[in-house]
Amino acid sequence: MKALFYILIFFVIATAFWQFFKLLGLTKKDQVATAKENDVNGWLMLGLGVFIYGLMAYSMVQGRVVLLPQLSASLEGQDIDKLFVITMGLIIFVQFVTQFLIYYFTFKYRGVEGRKAVFYADSHKLEMWWTVAPTVVLSVLIIYGLWTWNNVQDLSNAENPLIIEVYAKQFQWEARYAGADNELGLGHVNFIKGINTMGVDMTDKNAADDIPVRELHLPKGRKVIFKFRSQDVLHSAYMPHFRAQINCVPGMTTSFGFTPTVTTAEMRLDEDTKAKFDAINELRASKGIESVEFDYLLLCNKICGASHYNMQMKVVVEEEEDFNNWLKEQKTLAQVVNN
Amino acid sequence: MIAKQYLITGMFMGVIGVFMSMLFRLQLAYPDQSFSIIEAFLGKGGEGGQMTPDMYMGLVTIHGTIMVFFVLTAGLSGTFSNLLIPLQIGARDMASGFLNMISYWLFFLSSLIMFLSIFVHTGMASAGWTIYPPLSALPQAMSGSGLGMTLWLVSMAIFIASSLMGSLNYIVTVLNLRTKGMKMTRLPLTIWAFLITAIIGVISFPVLLSAALLLIFDRSMGTSFYLSDIFIQGEVLHYKGGSPILFEHLFWFLGHPEVYIILLPALGITSEVISTNARKPIFGYRAMIGSIMAIAFLSTVVWGHHMFVTGMNPFLGSVFTFTTLLIAIPSAVKAFNYITTLWKGNLQLNPAMLFSIGMVSTFITGGLTGLILGDSALDINVHDTMFVVAHFHLVMGISALFGMFAGVYHWFPKMYGKMMNKDMGYLHFWITAISAYGVFFPMHFIGLAGLPRRYYSNSAFPMFEDLLHINKVITVFALIGGLAQLIFLANFFFSIGKGKKAIQNPWKGNTLEWTTPVEHMHGNWPGEIPEVHRWAYDYSKTDDNGELWGGQDFTPQTLPIRKGEEEF
Repeated sequence: MKALFYILIFFVIATAFWQFFKLLGLTKKDQVATAKENDVNGWLMLGLGVFIYGLMAYSMVQGRVVLLPQLSASLEGQDIDKLFVITMGLIIFVQFVTQFLIYYFTFKYRGVEGRKAVFYADSHKLEMWWTVAPTVVLSVLIIYGLWTWNNVQDLSNAENPLIIEVYAKQFQWEARYAGADNELGLGHVNFIKGINTMGVDMTDKNAADDIPVRELHLPKGRKVIFKFRSQDVLHSAYMPHFRAQINCVPGMTTSFGFTPTVTTAEMRLDEDTKAKFDAINELRASKGIESVEFDYLLLCNKICGASHYNMQMKVVVEEEEDFNNWLKEQKTLAQVVNN
Repeated sequence: MIAKQYLITGMFMGVIGVFMSMLFRLQLAYPDQSFSIIEAFLGKGGEGGQMTPDMYMGLVTIHGTIMVFFVLTAGLSGTFSNLLIPLQIGARDMASGFLNMISYWLFFLSSLIMFLSIFVHTGMASAGWTIYPPLSALPQAMSGSGLGMTLWLVSMAIFIASSLMGSLNYIVTVLNLRTKGMKMTRLPLTIWAFLITAIIGVISFPVLLSAALLLIFDRSMGTSFYLSDIFIQGEVLHYKGGSPILFEHLFWFLGHPEVYIILLPALGITSEVISTNARKPIFGYRAMIGSIMAIAFLSTVVWGHHMFVTGMNPFLGSVFTFTTLLIAIPSAVKAFNYITTLWKGNLQLNPAMLFSIGMVSTFITGGLTGLILGDSALDINVHDTMFVVAHFHLVMGISALFGMFAGVYHWFPKMYGKMMNKDMGYLHFWITAISAYGVFFPMHFIGLAGLPRRYYSNSAFPMFEDLLHINKVITVFALIGGLAQLIFLANFFFSIGKGKKAIQNPWKGNTLEWTTPVEHMHGNWPGEIPEVHRWAYDYSKTDDNGELWGGQDFTPQTLPIRKGEEEF
């Protein structure tokens, strides 16, 4: 019934338009831009340029507070951030210059009756410049980018890394520490049974000391290597504060590694984080909801079904000693499964 | 005729696509409020005026599919290739009228199936427009992967057949049916763009068809091309040995060239419109052709930049970073050439010209952030966030849409023999341009805050709660921008009937289509097909004394080179 009502409203509006147009049509004026329209739209285009500049400036000032903290929570993330700042600087510079040229030229050369446009069809010199300049800049960006990428992706020379398996399923994360031997027991969907939700092969000698958890704890300053598996569809393990992301693919294991450098407690004291969470808590207070504190998060970033938007796991970074104590308190897989 | 059919079908699909986006923008900005319009249109997916997560996923999926394929591929390139190729190269018709007809009717059929798929009981396809398996392969994983997904695949398979037939026809026509004197180096840039677009379409669309076929096998015949080791709803499925990453490779081998299949026609159209309305030759004609070719070539070797974080070998990531960032070079050349064309022109700011200039602006704004997404190291932290959504909507969505609007305003006289109303055109441009920036510029910041795309709601994480006010701003702009398209539709249909009758060459253009009679006729020209003597961009050409040749600021391609004149 309501749909009918909306369709009716649509028709009324359409009819109104129709009538309006009929009036316009009666004038039968020329439909090519006149000198006056060139002038008006030239000015308006200058206005659009100003609007875009205003929007960019406003977004950059106002939008800053919502961004991720500038402080990267991982060693590898610092490299990524450096590259990001350089690239962003370049982008903003080019954006400001080219948009200025577009709107300023449109305004300056708006049509005037009787003026001759300049027949200027080619200039090899100019074209060479704006081919060579981007080429040089991009070469630098590419080389720097690849260097960073290789550093981040290279997991081969980590000393005594902590090995953790992160396991994805609709719509929840689980995790498993490699335990005393720092080797993960084999996992496969065929072994999923009852409380053994990650499908660990309990006959594997590396499996018994593995430690299953529902909350990630990471030691500050020690390289962590994550192994990712998924049991059903594609998921993506995304830890934005650590500048870390990789997909979890059913049928294979993917990996990613980083060295946490900022504990949760330290990040809560970070200026950016404080500003962001003050704003969030103010919002919550106005709605009458209790306030929250900053926590690192692992979230799903690959469409995985209806509850994709709410697939999360808390991540805690702490000093190595606290971490070791926490890990000791956790039950091993053998204890969990055999009980 | 076929051009008009493509355009109107594309517009119909466009209305649905845009309307869907308005509905899910409501959900993103006002997650707790109920809207009777949502209940009215979404039925049980919007009970109580709030849409369900399943419905949200379905809307974003079909919005993407419709806009990318049905509006910006078929609606844009189908319309203008069919309209302009014969007219601008001096041919009586396309090489094969029959292929042309099948291509349209297959497109119509695939549109129809896609449209009907929205209404199936188990929900429309909802695994995202990229339909990554296993999500799209298993109805157990989400209900949209049932009948909705089957129809999606059938519709796309037909669409690909239609697109291939169209593309082959465009290529053959451009290569073989050019009139006397129309050398390749005298072709307008529109035709160059359509030709190269058709070529990359022929190269890449069949790969999508193979991807879709294998997915159909996995879904209904029990094969394991993409699936392996899956435990879902309490049971282990039989699939063994496949990999979803194979699908991603096949999909993006089309998916990335697809961006340029959408964008190149818009670049061709705007080159033509800007040159005509600036009353100046397009700057660097040969460099423009060179960059179109370079972009097209590179577009087929960069697909892996969509897959940096899929678990693909990091070495491949390095290769694709290298090839991807290279695309910035021809793109920069194009952008600077556009800007130089504006310099010292005498700009006739018709609605088509405004949209074209707007396109140059959004092309740069959206394209620049490609430097971040194309760089594998930086992509790690912005991959699949709203930053990506902002990037590709500006660089290919809005830019291509602006190109399409420019084309419609500019060549409406050639389609219907009437002029569109310019006042409505101006109003349409101003509202659309401001809302486009209002929607997609702030969206970058939501992405940089770490918000993933395809999130039904961002209230499940406290760290995203402060993004709500930005989402509201975006939604308001989106609603205004969406409604403004009604002005365009009204203007379009009104002008078909009641528009002012067009004169033969309203924009004082050089190209051949403006030498045909106002009323469209079979065979395009009443007598002989005119012969071409020069390139398409002799605007404001002067003789040695600095006087305009022949006292007018344009020289149609059909005029022979005058005594003492140098051919450019």
